[in-house]
Amino acid sequence: MAESLLIVENVSKHFGGLLAIDKASFEVRTGRITALIGPNGAGKTTLFSIISGFLPADDGRVFYDGVDITTEPPHKRARRGVARTFQIVQPFAGLTVRENIAIGSHLWQRNRAAALEAANQVAFSVGLGAQLEAPAATLTVADSKRLELARALAIAPRLLLLDEVLAGLNPSEIRDMVPVVRELTARGMTILMTEHLMQAVAALAEHVLVLAEGRIIGRGTAQEVAADPLVVEAYLGRGAARRITAGSTHA
Amino acid sequence: MRTYWPIVLVVALLAVVPFVTTSNVVLNFLITTLLIALVGQGWNLLGGYGGQYSFGHAAFFGTAAYTTAILQVQYGINAWLGLFAGIFAGSLVGAVIGVLCFRSGLRGSYFSLVTLAFAEVLRIVSSVTPITGAGVGTLIKLDLRPEAFQFQSRVPFYWIVLTFVALSLVTVRAAENSRFGAYLVALRENEDAASALGINTFAVKLAAITLSAAITAAAGCFYAQYFLFIDAAIAYGPWISIDALLAPIVGGAGTLFASLLGALVIKSLGEATKLLTGDAPGLDLVIYGVVLIAVVGLAPRGVSGVLTALFRWPFRAQPEGGNG
Repeated sequence: MAESLLIVENVSKHFGGLLAIDKASFEVRTGRITALIGPNGAGKTTLFSIISGFLPADDGRVFYDGVDITTEPPHKRARRGVARTFQIVQPFAGLTVRENIAIGSHLWQRNRAAALEAANQVAFSVGLGAQLEAPAATLTVADSKRLELARALAIAPRLLLLDEVLAGLNPSEIRDMVPVVRELTARGMTILMTEHLMQAVAALAEHVLVLAEGRIIGRGTAQEVAADPLVVEAYLGRGAARRITAGSTHA
Repeated sequence: MRTYWPIVLVVALLAVVPFVTTSNVVLNFLITTLLIALVGQGWNLLGGYGGQYSFGHAAFFGTAAYTTAILQVQYGINAWLGLFAGIFAGSLVGAVIGVLCFRSGLRGSYFSLVTLAFAEVLRIVSSVTPITGAGVGTLIKLDLRPEAFQFQSRVPFYWIVLTFVALSLVTVRAAENSRFGAYLVALRENEDAASALGINTFAVKLAAITLSAAITAAAGCFYAQYFLFIDAAIAYGPWISIDALLAPIVGGAGTLFASLLGALVIKSLGEATKLLTGDAPGLDLVIYGVVLIAVVGLAPRGVSGVLTALFRWPFRAQPEGGNG
């Protein structure tokens, strides 16, 4: 198995005159949790969409497990083992929780009854065991996020792309969710996640990439990027890092 | 889980009707109702389950009707062979329209409008080309022998169209119980999420429109044999596209018996209107419009939604049964 399950090479993306992604290059190490952070509008979701095949890249290449998948449609990438969740949850609203998850299980299980059975197990593993027959449209925000995750897990992926699965959750819900995500790497999955909450990122990710205005401006552990003046400025504005250090010496 | 016994029950009930009455009025009413149920069941598979709302199912109906009629009249081919040829031709048109629409990513109302355009183009072309009989239409020669798919009595016709409806019900139920059906519903609910889970949405939609066209095409062939006459306005006219979607929507699109229930309701309403008002032209369409608005507004899940709610009400406390 390749050391890096996912390699993104010089990927660029324009929307009209706006350069959303500017020659982004990075690797996601096999079996690790990598976090992609950055201020609003940095291009995190755009980059995710390029990796999962929902948006074509204007330039650059994406390799999964050593194979160039740059031009493959989303369903082919899913069949290779790339699963994604959506930041804005996209449930099959008219179906029950179990039916939602079974759509994912069907990727490797043709039989309907067996796919529904497999869905049960996935539902329990993310804490949706009590809502199996609930219509997806009636779930709370937290449970909708769990369902996003469950459906992605149901395809038995090797690479999991989590787009802000913790956003919109309250602190206790986040505390419940963090171990669920961490447990996935124990099962051999490689994870690339975007997240706003630095606490959660620090708790989960071994490697952090910082995206700002479409460029990767920092990489390292959570502590390293938090101390990087470039990163601080990207979040708080130009000169912020200097003011903070100046402020802390005055105090 | 889901089983076939409701189909057996309903079909058996309908099958014994000729033993109770051989009244031509009753049989004629039931035959046209079942014909619309068949046309609509094709639409139901694609539109009700797959969420791809076609406004042009006449394209499949008409192509099948013309194919079987022309093969008999112009080439002397046996009517039963013509039936299969008609179904094949109808599905082929479905596949071609499917490739063109879905390859170019047409969704929602764009898909609907393009299917409508295809049906209209076929109507206009068939009203001027010599092989279809142009404006005069095509008359199938009277030949009242079972070998020619023609019968003295209406009873065999009734059983044949009932058989077609039964087959269409079994087909749709089999789809419901399969991965194909689950994928179809998934892409109706959310196409992006479906493709993120590895579903080749193009392939699923293409299979659905082809199967849908085949079911509606069977109705077209039956129409040609039953009435022995078709012209451009009958074969490709908007009436058939409207009935195709009205029946399942009134019945509860995306449910097994939607089309059958809906066809019964709209045909009964049509007959009732005629009794009340005589043959005032266009009034049945006004009634259809009012019914459609009422159904969408008051019972968005159609007749079967209302029936399910009524049926489930006393049993609400019971858990769902096991697999079956």
